[in-house]
Amino acid sequence: MTLIEESARIVSIKGSTVQAKGLSSYRMGEITYVGEERLIGEVIAIVHDTATVQVYEPLEGLRINDPLYPTGKSLSAELGPGLLSNIFDGIQRPLDNIKNISGSGFIERGIQTNALDRQQKWVFEPRKELKKGEIIKEGDVLGKVKETESITSSVLIPPGKSGELVEIMEKGEYTVSDTVAVYKNKSGSKAELTMMHEWPVRIARPYLNKLPVSGPLITGQRIVDMFFPISKGGTAAIPGGFGTGKTVLQHQLSKWSDANVVIYIGCGERGNEMTDVLREFPKLIDPHTNNPLMDRTLLIANVSNMPVAAREASIYMGITMAEYYRDQGYNVLLTADSTSRWAEALREISGQLEEMPVESGYPAYLGARLANFYERAGQVVALGSPYREGSINITAAVSPPGGDFSEPVTANTKRFVKTFWGLDPALANRKHFPSINWQNSYSGYIEEIEEWALETGLMDWGRYRQEMLKILQKDNELEHIVELIGSKALPADEQLIILIADIIKEGFLQQNAFHPIDTFCSIEKQMKMMNLILLFHERANILIKNGCPISLINSLRTVQILKMMKEEIRNEDLTQLNKIEDHIIFDMEELGSKYGYK
Amino acid sequence: MARITVKGVAEIRGPLIIIEGISGIQMGEYLEVRLNEQSTRKGRVLAIEEEKVIILLYQGTYEIEKDEIETEFFGRTMQLFVSEDMIGRTFNSLGEPLDGLPAIYSDEFRDVNGAPINPTSRIYPRNYIETGISSIDLMNTLVRGQKIPIFTGAGLPNNQLIGQIIKQARIAEEIEGEKFAIVFGAMGLTMDDYIYFQRLFKETGTLDKVVMFTNLASDSAAEGLLTPKVALTTAEYLAFDCDYHVLAILSDITNYCQALREVSVALETVPARKGFPGYMYSDLASIYERSGIMEGSKGSVTLIANLTMPNDDITHPVPDLTGYITEGQIILDRSLHNRSIYPPIDVLESLSRLMKDGIGEGSTREDHPSLSNQLYSAYAEGLDKRKLAEVIGRKELNRRDQIFLDFADKFEEIMVNQGDVHRTMEDSLDKGWKLLTLLPKVELTKVSESEMTKYCPEEED
Ligand SMILES: Nc1ncnc2c1ncn2[C@@H]1O[C@H](COP(=O)(O)OP(=O)(O)OP(=O)(O)O)[C@@H](O)[C@H]1O
Ligand SMILES: [Mg+2]
Repeated sequence: MTLIEESARIVSIKGSTVQAKGLSSYRMGEITYVGEERLIGEVIAIVHDTATVQVYEPLEGLRINDPLYPTGKSLSAELGPGLLSNIFDGIQRPLDNIKNISGSGFIERGIQTNALDRQQKWVFEPRKELKKGEIIKEGDVLGKVKETESITSSVLIPPGKSGELVEIMEKGEYTVSDTVAVYKNKSGSKAELTMMHEWPVRIARPYLNKLPVSGPLITGQRIVDMFFPISKGGTAAIPGGFGTGKTVLQHQLSKWSDANVVIYIGCGERGNEMTDVLREFPKLIDPHTNNPLMDRTLLIANVSNMPVAAREASIYMGITMAEYYRDQGYNVLLTADSTSRWAEALREISGQLEEMPVESGYPAYLGARLANFYERAGQVVALGSPYREGSINITAAVSPPGGDFSEPVTANTKRFVKTFWGLDPALANRKHFPSINWQNSYSGYIEEIEEWALETGLMDWGRYRQEMLKILQKDNELEHIVELIGSKALPADEQLIILIADIIKEGFLQQNAFHPIDTFCSIEKQMKMMNLILLFHERANILIKNGCPISLINSLRTVQILKMMKEEIRNEDLTQLNKIEDHIIFDMEELGSKYGYK
Repeated sequence: MARITVKGVAEIRGPLIIIEGISGIQMGEYLEVRLNEQSTRKGRVLAIEEEKVIILLYQGTYEIEKDEIETEFFGRTMQLFVSEDMIGRTFNSLGEPLDGLPAIYSDEFRDVNGAPINPTSRIYPRNYIETGISSIDLMNTLVRGQKIPIFTGAGLPNNQLIGQIIKQARIAEEIEGEKFAIVFGAMGLTMDDYIYFQRLFKETGTLDKVVMFTNLASDSAAEGLLTPKVALTTAEYLAFDCDYHVLAILSDITNYCQALREVSVALETVPARKGFPGYMYSDLASIYERSGIMEGSKGSVTLIANLTMPNDDITHPVPDLTGYITEGQIILDRSLHNRSIYPPIDVLESLSRLMKDGIGEGSTREDHPSLSNQLYSAYAEGLDKRKLAEVIGRKELNRRDQIFLDFADKFEEIMVNQGDVHRTMEDSLDKGWKLLTLLPKVELTKVSESEMTKYCPEEED
């Protein structure tokens, strides 16, 4: 990259920012190298002749009067084959390269490396329909590249470019910087296209139009799929105090959901959690494609002791890469852990700019930034031909101080997401996981998903859901009474509600992420499990009405079986669940012969 | 890099001094202020605005003479000479000997601020540590390379617990010729506690394995900001350069955070909660994240931190932010303590996030995951019933509820209240199964039929 000759100098250094004077141009967002080590920075404020630059690396060692080198470019992501199965830092430097270059396990400063490998060759296959002389437009698919076993990526004409195709290369091996096509633009000059292009991360990539969301993102997590589902293209927040299960839930979504591409952003969280994903995902098989999970996964790691400015950037890097796969027609799941750390990075930098804080030190634009981010989710029709629909789901962890959901980041996030999985420390403490609280969580996609369920033949989805929620609701009311007078004093049918709620909580809502069978539950199994629990309720209710004592029902072995079927019955042999049905009917009829069964 | 010396300071404010009219100073630069022939104070450049340099003096600004004082800038960040010879020695937070022996000289020196470990270079920790304490080993198993705080309250026996861990835990396998060292960082420690640990190391025969960095309550608080840095720099060196299994103990994080707040107030930064700075999360992370295991070395850094919750309040920013960074927490509970239960570990609120990969077949025992799940769930249920009984009276409980309440009582009596003795993992597991016999079989929904037949003792009457 050519650096512009500059007389720019540092005039002050503070936290993660420097101020500079003497730049030849002052442009917001310009990437500017700082100091002799060329640390990467970005202009974030301009006052008269002083620019403030946030620096993506530690500032130790910088001095007043050290030079700056503007690049004329904005913070951009490289987009092309080679992103998947990779792990990047917050400014898209591959961590593997950083390791190789520095020759150390620690992340040293001032390492510059491309996001995409310039040496690696890919097989580019041109799109057959494309002929010389044809008009090509932004978003058009130029050809295909098999990026991993799971994902064939499309080479796209970058947004903003169009013209007449002059030449397109034949099928063959190319690097991302080799020319694969040449076109003549409006002014008549020729320009080359490669398999990669760059995009400024703070600007949303264009699309033709947004679509209403439709079917669900199937996650294999029961409480999500059946109670608080999320549409493809939908947004969800996962707020919860420490240790309530945000990260595990996000790992579960990344592993088991039926998205085509998963982008996992570890934003200010633990190093070991990233290592965990790195080591585990290659070993896991994607149940939807039977390829290693890593083939569809891309990781961004700004762990908690990496520079905060890069943490601020990591979210934008992630969403831009998500948009790139969306534009190819894929359903992308972007999951960010944790957006609170990102908001804190904003706060820290805002403080260094001496901006006026509004609440808990956060800047006034916190809500606007969050809105911007969540707006980049959704289902869209991509630009160009052939016709493609793609989507981005955002699921984001929020880490409220003291677990208090009224704090600014949670409160603002709530304004922009449609699904809310509120994690509950009381559930987490008793190891009820996922600790999603069924009283205060909600999904804004129920109608769409109910429609989808009817279309796909899951006729009972809505009814089962309603019935179970009703039982849980009633149980919650009864709990308050029990807390005062004990359960002995309740009428038998209400005691039965408590028992059924208990079966639902333990046998259905709880799902052990680390259990080989229970970690993923197919929709068919989920439906059948609900069916059995409700069948049990229905039959038991009749018995109770006929005077059967609750204690007899409580001690039925079926109760135990219903609580254990999630772990004992594999997704592959659901016929086993029919045996449980027989069991229920048998148990009930036995009691029925004594107490009357009609 | 050339050193720069200047005379006089423009401003003295809390632990900060501000020097004006100099150039060539580096961000983060190490410096010394010369008070007189014998004594110097050490500091670090926190910010530079044009020709104004803002400096934190670790030993405070008391008796600094505004116009006469000389400051020498070293042209580099603070470094620590590191060597295996540090083992068995005692230093202050600046790495200067306190034991009357000569200073450490070595070819090896390290920047005390450290650098983040590349996640691709980490090895995910999976080897469990047997601490000999049931409520940890069985219910919140620790692994080598984990970072975990002990959340305690004033007057609770957290130091005793750490003592027991040091005494009993096998962190290195001596038979396999592995090397073991303890790095102890004291931040604002009282003399009593200091003496306690000194004695502990002596009694447990570990004194010759310990590197001590001490900042006592009577020392400057700002100096305590350096303690974890020098301690972990040493720990990293011993683990990743010399293949030691290092147990790093920091005590007390709350003191550290108070010093951090003091400095941030002097810097006039906008506070986040309770006056603590917004960057406290990142700052604490730069301590805790320095634990773990790395490729290419046989060693590990396991970090245990003492953290006193002000007013027993777990939502206070110090425990709260810590919990968001560490890999779980061990929580001591006052009501258990008041009932003379030792160690008073709140089993339900405590958590070890790395437990899942450290236990089960091939490491502890195949039944461990489901057994601990079952115990967790039954104990939680029992505690609910205890609460209920407090309202409606024990007699009003139905039979099932009473069984669970009895279970909770027995769990605390047998499992938690083990006293100052060592229990093997095997023993803890068997005690767990024994407790489960108190429950009707239909209630055991987390353990499998085959585990039951294999491990559950027959009910005896
Ligand atoms: N679905 C689950 N099944 C089994 N255990 C779980 C599940 N979810 C969470 N846990 C347990 O809870 C622990 C904490 O979960 P997790 O690390 O996801 O919390 P967190 O909310 O991300 O916390 P933090 O905010 O501190 O990062 C896990 O280590 C695991 O032991
Ligand atoms: Mg987490």
